[in-house]
This record gives sequence, structure tokens and C-alpha cells, in this order.
Amino acid sequence: MTASTSETATAAALALGDDALVLSHRLGEWAGHAPVLEEEVALANIALDLLGQARILLSMAGDEDELAYLREERAFRNLQLVEQPNGDFAHTIARQLYFSTYQRLLYTQLAEGTGPFAPLAAKAVKEVEYHQDHAEQWTLRLGDGTDLSHERMRRATEALWRFTGEMFQPVEGVDVDREGMRAAWLESVGDVLRRATLALPEGPASGAWRAGAGRQGLHTESFGRMLAEMQHLHRSHPGATW
Amino acid sequence: MVTTTALEEELRRLAGSVPDPELPVLTLEELGVLRAVRVHDADSVEVDLTPTYTGCPAIEAMSVDIERVLHEHGIREVAVRTVLSPAWSTDDISDEGRRKLREFGIAPPRGGRPTGPVTVELGPTRTTPSAPRPQQTEPVHCPHCGSADTELLSRFSSTACKALRRCLSCREPFDHFKEL
Repeated sequence: MTASTSETATAAALALGDDALVLSHRLGEWAGHAPVLEEEVALANIALDLLGQARILLSMAGDEDELAYLREERAFRNLQLVEQPNGDFAHTIARQLYFSTYQRLLYTQLAEGTGPFAPLAAKAVKEVEYHQDHAEQWTLRLGDGTDLSHERMRRATEALWRFTGEMFQPVEGVDVDREGMRAAWLESVGDVLRRATLALPEGPASGAWRAGAGRQGLHTESFGRMLAEMQHLHRSHPGATW
Repeated sequence: MVTTTALEEELRRLAGSVPDPELPVLTLEELGVLRAVRVHDADSVEVDLTPTYTGCPAIEAMSVDIERVLHEHGIREVAVRTVLSPAWSTDDISDEGRRKLREFGIAPPRGGRPTGPVTVELGPTRTTPSAPRPQQTEPVHCPHCGSADTELLSRFSSTACKALRRCLSCREPFDHFKEL
């Protein structure tokens, strides 16, 4: 492998690995706070699936612990969507719906290819189907629920909408049909929202920064605080094991 | 062509008899996660292991247990590799493994394809739907009383690989090993 293709593969593994790692950490923040015990267990299990993906992807890019615990904010390549705070339960579910639908489409394509991500994608796509199903069922239940749950679900889908455009920007080394993915994503998410008596939000699907945002290392305000908490233990006790 | 020596067969039997750390009623062979055992020379062995779920933390304990068992058998050097491809599926659980799961109180995965999530409608409360809906797939049977009349409580249970269900006949809750 030439240096440049190897660098491309490393950057691609970082982008996909950071998505999984950061969302895993956000979902883990629900532990002890979820509305019901079953849901706490469900979110923790989804987080664990994502952490497994992150470990494999980051190991393709270097040392998993160093990459997770010792990089600065600007070195992370995750989508801004996954770093958004949990908000209320509807915000977490909207984030899950948007991301798991995207990840399922992404992994389906990667699994059919012959690239370095095919083995992981083929394995993880079946797990992600359960994540998407979980998000879909909750979107239906909240959207088509009480006036309050409907309103909260509507607010959440709209608040996170502007972070969805970034998912379909090309990432070098991740060889997929982004336009095809975007069309399939809009159809799938649109169908769930309609059945949940909601609608696809209007307005721009990206912020003012059009060139990639999180993929360029530009993150939103709350991400720094999340990283501080995630990295604190490792940085305070380097090399500690149990 | 790959041939298996008598020693490799013997070591595979040993490695395969290691109990699953989370579900000790099952062996690794019955779970279907042991992929290959290769002997390089008399005291160096390589073992291929595949995870059930990408994030399954049990794989590290499995590796350690396999190393211990083979060391005890006089193998000096044991390397356990994790392989992802082809991806593990619940179809890899043997019939004997399924029987043991049921006996242990866990509904085994339903056999055959298609796999993946089963659409279940959620109502405002967790109760039986007023009119029975047509079963799209084979029902999940209660491991305690055998009834096919069971309902889903949560897609994710004590571990990512299980769903939490409740039997509507004997009222017992139980874990179901999800199809993957």
C-alpha cells in the first residue's frame, strides 16, 4: 500500500470510528437517568455496540486508547450530529433515528464492497438494524402519542435537522454512493416521521459552515465538555489498569 | 486443501469445550464462535475466534480461558486472533446449544433466515393488543411453559444479544436470544 492510500484509509477509519465513539459516550450518559429501567438498558446496549465498532475502527487508525483519550477536540473527525447533547428523551431518539438510518445505509453499502471496512460493516449492519428499529418505534410512540410528546418529538426533529446534511458529504476513503444514500435516507426517515404524524423538517440541513464541519475538526460548544469528562480518568491516571 | 491433523482436532475439542463466560451452560463450540485451530509446531498454536456482537466484552475472557486450557495441555505458545469475517450469526448456535439455552430459561433464537428486527407495534401502555395481529414470523416460545403467547417488553435486555419478553400464559418474564 502506498503512503497516500494508507493515509486515506487512516483518515476514513478515524471519521467512522469517531462517530461511533462519540455517540457511544453520549448514550452512556443516560445510565442512571433514563425514563425507565428497560430503556436505560437498551441505550447502554446500543452504546456498547457502538463502542465495539469504535474499537475496531480506531485500531485500524492507530492505538485505540491513545486516539480516544489523548486527542484534542480539533483532532476528532466525528459528525457534529453525534456530539449533540442528549437533551430530553425526544432529542436522543431523534438523534438515534437520523444517525442509525444513515449508518445502516452506509454499512449496507460498505458491506457489499471489497474495501477495508467490509468485514466490520457486514457484522455491524445487523446490530444497527436493531438500533434503527428501536429509534423508529420510539419516534412513532412519541410522535403519535400525547400532545406533549408530539410537541417534544417535533421540536427535537427540527432542532437536529441542520446537522443532518453533513452525513452526506463525501469522506475520502469511504467509497459509497452518497447521493443514493441521501435519497434513501430521506425516504426512510420521511416515512417514519409521517407515520408518527410528524413531517420532515424544512430549512437548511447544514449550518453556515458548508465544508464538512465535524469532519474538518470543527465542533460545537458542548463537545469540549463531553471530551473533558470522557478523557479525564485516563489523563489523570495514565496507563492505569484493573 | 486444508487438512486437519489429529493434534489440531484434539486441541479444537479442548478449546471448544471452554464454557461461555456469560452463559456458562454453553460451550464455545455450541455457541459457534470458534473458527479454527492451527498448530504451527509442537508447542505453538493459533486460534481464530469470532465475536457474537461487535462490542461483546466476553471475547477477552474467552481468549484468556482458551489460552489457559491449551497451556494446561502443554502448549507453550497460544495466540488467539479475533476474526470478523464471515460475521457470526445466531444460526451458528448448534441444536444442542439451543436446547441448553431453553433449559437455562432463555428462549433460543428462531432458526433460519430472515433475521433482523421484528416489527412490533407499541401502544401507550404495555398490554396485549385488543385484536390479535397476524403473526409475521414464527412466535417466540416461553422457555418455562412452552406457550407461544409471549410479548416483547424491551428490544435490549441484560446483554445486547438478548431481548426481554414476558409470557402471557405463565406470566414469567424471560430473555430471548435475538436473531442476528
